[in-house]
Amino acid sequence: MHLLQVQNLRTTFRIDAGQVQAVRGISFYVKKGESLGIVGESGSGKSVSMLSIMKLLPQNAELQADHVQFNGQDLNQIDQKEMRKMLGSEIGMIFQDPMSSLNPLLTIGDQIVEPIRIHQKISKEAARKKAIDILRIVEIPSPEKRLKQYPHEFSGGMRQRVMIAIAISCNPKLLIADEPTTALDVTIQAQILDLMHDLKNKMQTSIVMITHDLGVIANMCNRVLVMYGGTIVEEGTIREIFYQPKHPYTWGLIKSIPTVSTGKREKLIPIPGSPPDLIAPPKGCPFTARCEYAMKICEKIPPQQITLSETHRAACWLMHPKASGVAKEVTV
Amino acid sequence: MHSALNKNGDIVVPRESSLVWHDIPDEEFEKLDQSAKQSEVVLRKSKSYWQDAWSRFRKDPLAMAGLVVIVVITLAAIFGPIFSSYSYEDQNIANQNQSPSLEHWFGTDKFGRDIFVRTLYGARISLTIGFVAAGINLVIGVIYGGISGYFGGKIDMIMMRFVDILYGVPDLLYIILLMMFLGNTLESILIALSLTYWIGTARMVRSQVITLKFQEYTLAAKAIGSSNLRILFKHLIPNSMGPIIVTVTFLVPSAIFSEAFLSFLGIGIQVPMASWGTLVNDAIPSLFTQPYQMLFPAIAISITMFALNFIGDGLRDALDPRLKK
Amino acid sequence: MVASKEKLLEVRHLKKHFEMKKGLFASSKSVLKAVDDISFSINKGETFGLVGESGCGKTTVGRTILKLYEPTSGQILYKDTPIEGLLHKEMLPYRKKMQMIFQDPYASLDPRMTVGEIIADPLIVHSMYSGKERMDRVKELIELVGLQRDHLNRYPHEFSGGQRQRIGIARALAVEPEFLICDEPISALDVSIQAQVVNMLEELQEKFGLTYLFVSHDLSMVRHMSHKVGVMYLGSLVEYSEVDELYTNMQHPYTQALLSALPIADPDRAEQSERIHLQGDVPSPINPPSGCAFRTRCKFAMQVCSEEKPLLRDIGNSHMVACHLSNQ
Repeated sequence: MHLLQVQNLRTTFRIDAGQVQAVRGISFYVKKGESLGIVGESGSGKSVSMLSIMKLLPQNAELQADHVQFNGQDLNQIDQKEMRKMLGSEIGMIFQDPMSSLNPLLTIGDQIVEPIRIHQKISKEAARKKAIDILRIVEIPSPEKRLKQYPHEFSGGMRQRVMIAIAISCNPKLLIADEPTTALDVTIQAQILDLMHDLKNKMQTSIVMITHDLGVIANMCNRVLVMYGGTIVEEGTIREIFYQPKHPYTWGLIKSIPTVSTGKREKLIPIPGSPPDLIAPPKGCPFTARCEYAMKICEKIPPQQITLSETHRAACWLMHPKASGVAKEVTV
Repeated sequence: MHSALNKNGDIVVPRESSLVWHDIPDEEFEKLDQSAKQSEVVLRKSKSYWQDAWSRFRKDPLAMAGLVVIVVITLAAIFGPIFSSYSYEDQNIANQNQSPSLEHWFGTDKFGRDIFVRTLYGARISLTIGFVAAGINLVIGVIYGGISGYFGGKIDMIMMRFVDILYGVPDLLYIILLMMFLGNTLESILIALSLTYWIGTARMVRSQVITLKFQEYTLAAKAIGSSNLRILFKHLIPNSMGPIIVTVTFLVPSAIFSEAFLSFLGIGIQVPMASWGTLVNDAIPSLFTQPYQMLFPAIAISITMFALNFIGDGLRDALDPRLKK
Repeated sequence: MVASKEKLLEVRHLKKHFEMKKGLFASSKSVLKAVDDISFSINKGETFGLVGESGCGKTTVGRTILKLYEPTSGQILYKDTPIEGLLHKEMLPYRKKMQMIFQDPYASLDPRMTVGEIIADPLIVHSMYSGKERMDRVKELIELVGLQRDHLNRYPHEFSGGQRQRIGIARALAVEPEFLICDEPISALDVSIQAQVVNMLEELQEKFGLTYLFVSHDLSMVRHMSHKVGVMYLGSLVEYSEVDELYTNMQHPYTQALLSALPIADPDRAEQSERIHLQGDVPSPINPPSGCAFRTRCKFAMQVCSEEKPLLRDIGNSHMVACHLSNQ
């Protein structure tokens, strides 16, 4: 029994120009105590899929799922109000921009103490003590003093620590982090990633890490979902994804980033072209237009998920027996 | 480094061993012609900002109704009097104070003049004043506010203090003084209205320009060597045009109303010319005996006000979609 | 690639200070030293990489060189001619030679202009070509950056981030510049698109012999792109050298920490690598620490670090380091 189990999730947005099919039938799970990375470029559906599960989408969104289960509870059955209660108690969220997720008019104390009081139904004094403890856990110096300050008195890294403090204040079973370090500098990013790593080990929380940075994935996660064009193109443990990738998009992602150890001027291999327009998604595999190994079938029929090991799945026609030879020469 | 496909030959035979899976013909697995693939495609139809705004505006029924009404009134004001057998100044004592009839749709006044034709003439004057005053204010406001906002510093300080002083004096006061000084002509009404109405536009343009001048495209324009005036008029003002047009649209009805108000006070347009304001004013003595004499011009004013305000609201939603809920 | 050793641009003791109003009354002003006395030079045909975290002043350096900001003091020499004091008109010929690519491809293109108008804008400003010839030049440019002619009548919002960045590059190249300042040109782009833009910049450098100032926070991209690298911290250069020398022989504790903080996209190596933990945040540039600005986060900080600002010193191989540790 997994902590979170999602079957065939679809999310569509209605906009002036038509229907944007942001998430197109994805299935995945999150195990207890693991950290799952979701990697993909902007518009791949990585954030939208998590927001859909949390029922945090704007009005113009429509979603369907055969099955969404969290901690034994069927999320398809509960309404937005019950979901709100669950967020902040059983599920914590951390967003990319810590400034806009904090209310500038309230002190940090108010913003941490309130949710603790609401969700745990304890006295104000007890909640304040707990808030101080949590600020200590996220390594904010002199927490008693910091509780009385406003968000603008905190640096970007400190604000993200506050967001993490709020997210973990009720010992959630699942922590969803949507690009939590993208807005931060590298040295601060390293601090936050270390903190999240420690928290995961200490609190046995499952983490879903949404990011575009393969470096963050390699350092933080046990398993990875690679998303493209609203679908999961490959999933596996980090070693499977980094060392035995099967999907050309995953190959492309890995090859297109320089490593510091690479000598100067070793040519990068980009993925040509741009991501597909999800108002009119391609009929076959969404990656066809940018794939250097694309075959005739890729344009016509979307590839099925093929199970490669207990943890490793990929959706690509290249794995069809009749396609052997098309991409044999590829090494990563 | 690992091979992608055949490391340990570990491809597990797929579960999907159904017929379909194996029945796909071999030629489907030929490589696609790479040159046939278009990698840089922009799929969506090209739409400029104005086309986009128009498509939003069109969906607003009140705004569209307003637009139709204004177009009809404008056309009637321009061409209506040509097809009428009466003129605005022809007096006919024999026909004075007639009720509306097929002969005289809106009736006649105490000099026997046809009120329908006079209302159409009134529309000419009123609409002219509305649009010309708004146009003059647009030009002054954009230039003044643009320069003040873009150059900032001391220039901005001085220009804005001057505006504050103008704003501090009640406008009715110096409009009345000006009218007495310049005489009751169409031109003097326009001058009087133009002297103060641009202040709101200027302030709005200034605040727009101040936000936009820190945008990266302004910096980019500087980097390619564009002069200050080019940046202001080629980049900043066109990008402020949405809110500017909205402000100016609301200026039209308020200018019409101001004129009507001045005429109603008796310091507007002089007889025998007529604006909607003077028509209403003229009708006061006979309000209880011939109410239609006031009714028609008053309705004309009201409909025009409503229509222009609806257009303004619609434009605001269409040009600045963020304001829409 | 062989680069001639001819100096194209030199910056000497460049300072850019911003006056900040404190509170309601303008009488008490504080000074933000965004760039505080930095010197470096760039050879023709080479790429100089400038790395640092946000707020270190790297973007200000680029903008001050282009005189988008007036330098507070110091010299900017373009082919040995000082340009720091030039007025708008006198600067125009240099603006033709020096162009810029911006960070945010969404904000750096005027949303009301078509792509064709955007690319033609510099040609109009510098009165280059006219009529049909200008149109031909614009068509040539759009194809040079890998887009198509019929894209010229479209508006920026119809393009993806990477495509917009290429439009920005086409605009910068329109006036045939020699020197390009690339201000974080890829940091707003998706990973798969970053390599497209970087490769394009490299190809253009080769094709037209361009010289780049590549401003970035991404140490791995800077290594990939640059011939020389300078590391900035709070307005000053702390280390400056040829790229291979710098990456194999890092001297300044800040450079070391910056590199070790970079998450490695390789699970095995990520597990093995020991991270240097930097404590705390970057101090405010309005009131920087005395002596060495980095001492508040440096685990090697000594007494002398708070008393004396270390100067850039050559430790051999033209490798310059500003650290008291390297003086011993």
